[in-house]
Amino acid sequence: MQRRRQTAVQLTSSPEQTRSLGRQLALRLQPGDLLSLRGHLGAGKTTLIQGIAAGLGVTDLVSSPSFTLIHQHPGRIPLYHIDLYRLSAADVGAIGLDEIVDSEAVVAVEWAEKLPADLLRNALDIEIVFDESDEDARRIHLRARGPRSARLLSSLTENCDADTRP
Amino acid sequence: MLLLGIETSCDETSAAIVSGPSDDGVQLLSNVVASQDDLHAHFGGIVPEVASRRHIEMILPVIREAMQRASVTWEDLQGIAVTNGPGLVGSLVVGVAAAKAIAQARRLPLVGIHHLEAHIYAAAIHGPLPFPLLALIASGGHSHLVLMHGHGKYDVLGRTLDDAPGEAFDKGARLLGLPYPGGPHLAALADSFPGRVEPMPRAHISNSRDFSFSGVKAALARAVRTTQPQERDRARLAAAYQESIALSLTERTLQVADEIGDSPIFVAGGVARNQRLRDLLAQRAAAAGLRVHFPDPALCTDNAAMVAAAGVHKLARAGPDPPDLDCFANIQLRSWDATTAS
Repeated sequence: MQRRRQTAVQLTSSPEQTRSLGRQLALRLQPGDLLSLRGHLGAGKTTLIQGIAAGLGVTDLVSSPSFTLIHQHPGRIPLYHIDLYRLSAADVGAIGLDEIVDSEAVVAVEWAEKLPADLLRNALDIEIVFDESDEDARRIHLRARGPRSARLLSSLTENCDADTRP
Repeated sequence: MLLLGIETSCDETSAAIVSGPSDDGVQLLSNVVASQDDLHAHFGGIVPEVASRRHIEMILPVIREAMQRASVTWEDLQGIAVTNGPGLVGSLVVGVAAAKAIAQARRLPLVGIHHLEAHIYAAAIHGPLPFPLLALIASGGHSHLVLMHGHGKYDVLGRTLDDAPGEAFDKGARLLGLPYPGGPHLAALADSFPGRVEPMPRAHISNSRDFSFSGVKAALARAVRTTQPQERDRARLAAAYQESIALSLTERTLQVADEIGDSPIFVAGGVARNQRLRDLLAQRAAAAGLRVHFPDPALCTDNAAMVAAAGVHKLARAGPDPPDLDCFANIQLRSWDATTAS
């Protein structure tokens, strides 16, 4: 049996390319998929999720939920866009995340390092880091936590011509 | 009519008593706000569970205090207005449950108010609203340009494509190592910088009425990362950052005001307290021959006075909501159904 890919790195050189990667990813998403995003302020987490939303057929404006915490968008597959920026790690349970993660939607969580590990069992981790080669360049590290996200990652990297060093 | 307003959509527990509407707008009799800023500063941000619990503890004392200050008894009340979205559900539900219980017990008409319309109606406390008007609502969670043709008649013309301006202030403050809540701290640091400053780059979105603040946030993040600024540089960065946000809000608002005719501009929301935004917008609007109004700073951040002000108008024009009024984390601003309008 073919070994599933566990990690990949994609390079983007502009917010548009980051959104485009999001659209590519979204075409492979299934209801129930969980994307856990990390990255410093201004790295492009919301930008990537804008692309994911577009790929899921969301027509709403996708803006940052840092203050409002949860945005729910109808689409081909519904999207929950969650942002834990203002929350302390101890209290993320209080916004009912466990129920949302079990729903038939795609769930994308910003500042996911605050999520308890048991919620992340099957998540695809996405970490966006600044690439100092250019002010708009980003390295996007993808890591599959379980077989489900490994399948997703394999499908993405098979069809993307970006850098996929492990 | 004498109306009780209740607000618990986010960090503030607030109750207010107003009378009206009359030709002079809405008369404010009391406005009590219990802020959770100190509590959340301890955690460095909001904690929904803690916020919800604090609302439960505070809601009845705050309502009682508002009634006492206004010298109003339960028998005097003629209606209740409550924010029922958008916001944190665990917080919203406390105010909505209190409002429903009082409405049931006292057989009073109850009306749910959208958080954004509440912000706009803060201006109705100073006098009657002149329609049509252009409202700029700039806060932690929102950045909206709303054309209002009349009471309860809204057209959302522009929104933020990414971050809200208050959020941009808060995140900028965090990047500069300033404490929570970041907005006022960043403004103070910015204002300490002597002389003029070159604003950080602003988003130029052509053929649009929308805002964008993620670019300037990324620019500040980059500046902090690459230069590791010392005290004076941090003040300069804060000033350049604030200038960029204030200019973006000002330029877009005046552009839209110009496109729709010479409607007066009403600024609302927590960011309306920012002095640089006030100065810049007032100055540029005057130069363009446009009128601009800012609410009393105390009515810019979340409060029940603005909810009550919207409530008296909505009850008079759209009638009460059913007694099983629900609350919503995400809900769009909609015009009132004027089916029961008098």
